[in-house]
Amino acid sequence: MTDGANAALVEVLLRHADDNTILGQRLGEYISSAPELEEDLAIANGALDHIGVAMHLYEYAAEIAGGDASVDGYSMRRNEREFTNALIVEQPNTDFAHIVARSFLFGVYQKLLWEQLSRSSDERLAGIAARALKEATYHVTHARRWVVRLGDGTPESHARMQTAIDEMWRFTSELFEQPDIDSVLIESGVVFDITRERAKWDAAVDDALEEATLVRPEDPYQATGGRLGRHTEHLGHLLAEMQWLQRTYPGASW
Amino acid sequence: MSYDVPLAEGESVEEISVDSDQTTGWQLWEVFMRPKRGLAYTHCGSVHAADAESAVLNARDAYTRLGGTASLWVVPSSAIHASDDPTSMFEPADDKPYRHPTFYEIPDEVGQL
Repeated sequence: MTDGANAALVEVLLRHADDNTILGQRLGEYISSAPELEEDLAIANGALDHIGVAMHLYEYAAEIAGGDASVDGYSMRRNEREFTNALIVEQPNTDFAHIVARSFLFGVYQKLLWEQLSRSSDERLAGIAARALKEATYHVTHARRWVVRLGDGTPESHARMQTAIDEMWRFTSELFEQPDIDSVLIESGVVFDITRERAKWDAAVDDALEEATLVRPEDPYQATGGRLGRHTEHLGHLLAEMQWLQRTYPGASW
Repeated sequence: MSYDVPLAEGESVEEISVDSDQTTGWQLWEVFMRPKRGLAYTHCGSVHAADAESAVLNARDAYTRLGGTASLWVVPSSAIHASDDPTSMFEPADDKPYRHPTFYEIPDEVGQL
């Protein structure tokens, strides 16, 4: 591949790895606070799935980038502006409904993404995506059940679920942005046009919202900037906690 | 006991603290796992869940993470009726070795019986 294509591939890998790192960390923060022990386990499993995928993507990116690039370097020693995760994954765990809404709306996107990338002409990326697709399918099943259960539950759970969907909604259009740098990889079949998947996302989300007796939000404002490193105020706090150990004791390992 | 849940604006801890046995009211389910097709299901533990499908998901997360599972059953714990008094139930069989067909040789090819 050309240098340009390599640089683009590193950017794509980091983008998706960052999504998984940040969501994994967010879910990890919630462990011990779920309504039941069983739910703690489910959330912890999901968090570990995300961190596992991130590790594989960072490893691949570090190999292409060469030099002193490493998994730990990418995850633990980059600053807020260097993370290119989507804004939705860094949103706080306001309550259980927010966690479910975030996992569901993002999970449906991620499932479509992995479906695409499992057909990548880059075999290693295709392999990572195929494995991640199985995990994402489960994440969506799990989150969707909660969206329906809470939405079509008591007046209290319905109201909280609707609020959570409403608050996460403004971060959903960003998921279907295609940065310009991807074009060289789209030509060679390494990645695909994600904008084409939007209709499938809409259909899957509408289907769940209807079953959950929830209203699809009409929020004309859609936030953007995550893919360019411009984040909401929440990411810095998350990184401060996540990176504390490597920042304090650089290179620590065990 | 109280749970550490985030508070909404204007909400107080007292309002959302509830007794532990009233937090969710989830039912208990017994979990049976089959390691591969053809083998029998064996009991591997129990989970709390609000309904059967959630119980399958919870059982998946609690018991199958290390791999080696082909399928799961979940059964409401209340549906299980257990035996009682081992003295009269099982001990009478302990001193009757003649009931064991120990004189058969089982060929290796038979595998799992």
